[in-house]
Amino acid sequence: MSVTAIDTWARPRQRQGALARLFDWKPFLVFICLLPAVGLLLVFLTYPLGLGIWLSFTDTTIGRAGQWVGLENFQYLFEEPIFWNAVFYSVFYTAVATVGKFGLGLWLALLLNNHLPFKSILRAIVLLPWIVPTVLSAIAFWFIYDTQFSIISYLLVEVLHVRETNINFLGEPWNARWSLIAANIWRGIPFVAISLLAGLQTISPSLYEAALLDGASPGQRFRYITFPMLLPILAIVMTFSIIFTFTDFQLVYAITRGGPVNSTQIMATLAFQRGIPGGQLGEGAAIAVSMIPFLVFATLFSYFALARRKWQQGESND
Amino acid sequence: MATVDIRDVRKAFGSTKILHGVSVGIEDGQFVVLVGPSGCGKSTLLRMLAGLENITGGEISIGGRVVNNVAPKDRDIAMVFQNYALYPHMTVFQNMAFSMKLAGAPKEVMEREVQKAAKILGLEQLLLRFPRQLSGGQRQRVAMGRAIVRNPQVFLFDEPLSNLDAKLRVQMRSEIRELHQRLKVTTVYVTHDQIEAMTMADLIVVMNHGRIEQAGAPLELYDRPANVFVAGFIGSPAMNMLEGRIEGGAFHGPGGGAWPLPPGAPASGEVIYGIRPEHFRLDPDGLKATVHVVEPTGSETQVVMHIGEAHVLGAFRERVSARAGDILPVSPDPALVHLFDRQSGQRI
Repeated sequence: MSVTAIDTWARPRQRQGALARLFDWKPFLVFICLLPAVGLLLVFLTYPLGLGIWLSFTDTTIGRAGQWVGLENFQYLFEEPIFWNAVFYSVFYTAVATVGKFGLGLWLALLLNNHLPFKSILRAIVLLPWIVPTVLSAIAFWFIYDTQFSIISYLLVEVLHVRETNINFLGEPWNARWSLIAANIWRGIPFVAISLLAGLQTISPSLYEAALLDGASPGQRFRYITFPMLLPILAIVMTFSIIFTFTDFQLVYAITRGGPVNSTQIMATLAFQRGIPGGQLGEGAAIAVSMIPFLVFATLFSYFALARRKWQQGESND
Repeated sequence: MATVDIRDVRKAFGSTKILHGVSVGIEDGQFVVLVGPSGCGKSTLLRMLAGLENITGGEISIGGRVVNNVAPKDRDIAMVFQNYALYPHMTVFQNMAFSMKLAGAPKEVMEREVQKAAKILGLEQLLLRFPRQLSGGQRQRVAMGRAIVRNPQVFLFDEPLSNLDAKLRVQMRSEIRELHQRLKVTTVYVTHDQIEAMTMADLIVVMNHGRIEQAGAPLELYDRPANVFVAGFIGSPAMNMLEGRIEGGAFHGPGGGAWPLPPGAPASGEVIYGIRPEHFRLDPDGLKATVHVVEPTGSETQVVMHIGEAHVLGAFRERVSARAGDILPVSPDPALVHLFDRQSGQRI
């Protein structure tokens, strides 16, 4: 009796509600799924960027809506030595700091890639400069660069006796410039070292063994194996590093605020100084917008550097 | 070309002993295969020959020269790695010419030597490709080409075929063998595949737990395995081994059955009775075997059967039409039975 009942039983068709059917409609689903990401991009990226570009073409000041002035802000900046000084120092700061970061970072990565005792602790220590908040490390650098209590001056004068007087690190233009670059390198090394270390670890040890049998010296192994194999990741890390360094604001602002006499202004700090404390929003925005060509250049560099090399195409080796 | 002498070589990583005194003498031009299950130390021994691992104890000499403290590049050896270890950012030509480039060879010499090796291996058309653009077998050939251009005294192969599919493996097996016959360079080849060992070697060294179980010509190992390990390792399908005792001129296996003994067998004692599946034959007067599974492969028929309580595999050239549950009378060929001591596992 019950057997026949089971035989004839059929799963009842579930009736879907209007909402369920709406969510099953693909165009709507696509829209809903994209909404959070698109919303975030619009509110936090597109709007500020658009506003910045718009402001750079107006004479807005704090408290007064501006008028469209066309390229006037840029024409003014073009003739201003302080702006060109900031452009020069931005490029110089980025170039020297990048070379320093990559030189030291690669060296550190190669060291950490060896079998060392306490390897994981060492790696954690290497990351320290990166995880300390920038402003905190800036305060530490105040002490290091202090005219009176600088530890470096103390070592040079009192311990090593190579100098008679303390160094005025942050009080003279070139001293301040180099000091900031040193601080930036110190902060940037962990990022470079850890990223390159990750890259180094993807290189198969058997390649080094094959090179050893082929008769390669340590220098040749670096030149013919490590470096070419590391190049793709090196290009990515370098692009990021250049962008971060060029747009750096915190470290410079916290240590020198662009001083002495604007000698360490980079474009980001100058834009801030003109726009917010100075109240000239239009002019500040114009300085910020002037950074765009440099950043586009860095992005293009990454586009070409990131393009897969011929040898990376096809199946993997193992 | 050179002889290779391995004398009482030991290896330990910290307190873990990998090799416990291994000695092998390899003649000039011989093709030697080191074979054994994973972890038996065969790859370690090869890497010690190459100079990639240092030698804890004993002596290795190549061409009469002790190389314990000689750098890998000065040992005059070339090695083919399991994953080929081709430099991915170099073309086939650059891969093969790399050792010469490091040695500062002139361009013409590089060109000539690479072309010569490429011709032997049929790689002429591929010299400008990158490793990723090659198939597994082609990569394998490039790895061998890289070894050939170095013109070494000894070739070392570390499981070179394990990354290839079955068909290609058979093909490369005979290619490597042919290459050896052509170049006549002393070769040491590591594999865990006993078929590779049987088909390629002049001399097989069977290793287990860091010791040599037996060294000898392939058929010698097949015909006269020195102990239970070699007996079970060499030959496919593996040898049947039954524990039991000899009494009254016959072997009594588990669950009864009087198995015939080979000539010269001891009169009594606890033994392991070994018989290869292919050495059973159908015999109306033989032991009564209950058929469990019949597996025809075309060229032969493999039959899983029970004789007494013994679970044995037979392989017959004839087509056996038996089905599960049938009684099949079979008898082992007495002359091809192997007896091993039950305690020591050594051949009697």
